[in-house]
Amino acid sequence: MTQVIRKKRGKSAAGSYDKGTWLNWYETMLLIRRFEEQTLKMYGQQKIRGFCHVYIGQEAIGAGLKTAIRPEDPLVTAYRLHGIALARGLTPRSCMAELFGKATGCVNGKGGSMHFFSKNHRFFGGNGIVGAQIPIGAGIALAEKYKGTDNLCVTMFGDGAARQGALYESFNMAMTWKLPVLFICENNQYAMGTSVERTSNVHDLYKIGAAFDMPSEPVDAMDPVAVHEALLKAAEHIRAGNGPYYLEMKTYRYKGHSVSDPAKYRTKEELNDYKSMDPVKVTEKRIVEGGIATAEEIKAIKDKIKEVVLDAVDFAEKSPYPDASELFTDNYMQEDYPYIKD
Amino acid sequence: MPRKLQLRESLREAMSEEMRRDETVFLMGEEVAEYNGAYKVSKGMLDEFGSKRVIDTPIAELGFAGIGVGAAMNGLRPIVEFMTWNFAVLAFDQIVNNAAKTLSQSAGQFNCPIVFRGPSGSAGQLAQQHSQTFESWMANVPGLKVVSCVHVGDAKGLLKSAIRDNDPVCVMESELLYGDVGEVPDGEYLVPIGVAAVRRSGKDVTIVSFNKMMKVVEAAAEELAKEGIEAEVIDLRTIRPLDHHAIVASVKKTNRLVVVDESWPFAGVSAEIAYEIQKYAFDYLDAPVTRVNSADTSLPYAENFVKAYLPNPEKVIKAVKEVMYVKK
Repeated sequence: MTQVIRKKRGKSAAGSYDKGTWLNWYETMLLIRRFEEQTLKMYGQQKIRGFCHVYIGQEAIGAGLKTAIRPEDPLVTAYRLHGIALARGLTPRSCMAELFGKATGCVNGKGGSMHFFSKNHRFFGGNGIVGAQIPIGAGIALAEKYKGTDNLCVTMFGDGAARQGALYESFNMAMTWKLPVLFICENNQYAMGTSVERTSNVHDLYKIGAAFDMPSEPVDAMDPVAVHEALLKAAEHIRAGNGPYYLEMKTYRYKGHSVSDPAKYRTKEELNDYKSMDPVKVTEKRIVEGGIATAEEIKAIKDKIKEVVLDAVDFAEKSPYPDASELFTDNYMQEDYPYIKD
Repeated sequence: MPRKLQLRESLREAMSEEMRRDETVFLMGEEVAEYNGAYKVSKGMLDEFGSKRVIDTPIAELGFAGIGVGAAMNGLRPIVEFMTWNFAVLAFDQIVNNAAKTLSQSAGQFNCPIVFRGPSGSAGQLAQQHSQTFESWMANVPGLKVVSCVHVGDAKGLLKSAIRDNDPVCVMESELLYGDVGEVPDGEYLVPIGVAAVRRSGKDVTIVSFNKMMKVVEAAAEELAKEGIEAEVIDLRTIRPLDHHAIVASVKKTNRLVVVDESWPFAGVSAEIAYEIQKYAFDYLDAPVTRVNSADTSLPYAENFVKAYLPNPEKVIKAVKEVMYVKK
């Protein structure tokens, strides 16, 4: 598969995008990378607890989402979400504070790593049950169609979720009802410790769409340009009222499934192979060598990102924990709900 | 002037009135549209509201429950019909892990105003998989509300309240009673969630029940009256939040309590009520709280098994006499 990705790589045309777009991609990916590195560091210091899944290696998907999808398009994803949330525009401060379990987090310390939400960013979570967000995404899309908007719902899931029954039920209804939903499988090739090859006879996950006559394509998701272009094409199809589109983003996570996973199920060679096409480094090289921006400009971006991420950690550190009385808020909309307290 | 309607008609009125009132309300489920409903609850609704708002789904409970949750998070008010709550087990992930949790996980940013409804409980010789009650399962989960009422008039008022509620509400009906006839008030009729109803006043013993076991309890109370025992009968109507004030107030008067609950005994609604009463009316009790449940077994097919399994008036009368220390 590595081969396939490499062959496609040269095809994305550097020249057809302006400097601003290139730097937007680069900055988004670098922010995610540095943020996640701090996340791992803070987890090591036990400032962050619970289940925690980082996005390192998959940043190009976040970058493409940022430039190809409108801010008014709702998005729902699974639990490997920090990078997507940042790409969506949630602030590093509110994200890091959430990881710290602080009151200033994007969900006031109530969700943690797996459950970021932001109504302002049309970010619908944040789902910790593998594949559960797939029908939810179809439902969010149903509501958009019902209200007559031309928004689409970006519905993201991993390769593990592609084996859940919820996916097949949702694909079927979404196609039958022509819902405006963009299904994205982030195939990082391992469902925790189990490779795609070991979970099904079908290894190319985009082919699942064929059973529903859903337009489906694989994407080299180590390349933000390829991601951006695939998303734009899919979005255009959906906004024209043609119903769902399905993209399999072929990607790779450099770290384990969660922070507690040493990832012994794969070889060092495989990991190094993917690191050789690292989206952050390759994009930086293309920018500098292509004369899109100077090495000094790149350095300025790096310095800025470093500062932003350290500021987020500092903010999280100094923020207060939520008040314990908040335990009894946000369980019901009904304000005088009679909780059983004894 | 109250009208005589079947339960299925009162439920239909509730949905149709709310759909006329609020564009964001829609109905989805298996056979709800073109087939006019497996139990004809939604008969004629497709004709009135069209296929945009009365949606036939494939047989995919997990999927369409999840689609309902997503739609609710994004501004609509779905009514998701399950042909029976037994099939809703396939959708529990969406009900328990999402509908119930969305508000908390998002710290109040996204709520989930959705109704999951359908029949719960046994309905004849349907055997093990089609005969279960789910009130206590769902009521265990913070974030959900649970309504279970087959009083023809109140069922309408409760379903209307459930549709207007900003929290997810599970509504439990009864296959056997969709054709039951009762009075439904004219005009706008809302029954608040979380409030029980005293169906019969009495001074000797309190009998608490809900859903179709109310029929069993009412029959038992009639018989007991002939023997000079005056039972106070409470219809819970809502299981979560439980109106324990109504039960405590009644027990303070009668000093004796029998709970009749079609669900299994272990950790069920009857167990919760027994806890509440020992906690809040301990000094008023003249006898231990007693309960009549379905047998602590799966329900087999044969007719005599069904009789042995379910609560019936004889079992209720026996339990009442036990707490009253009446011989025979």
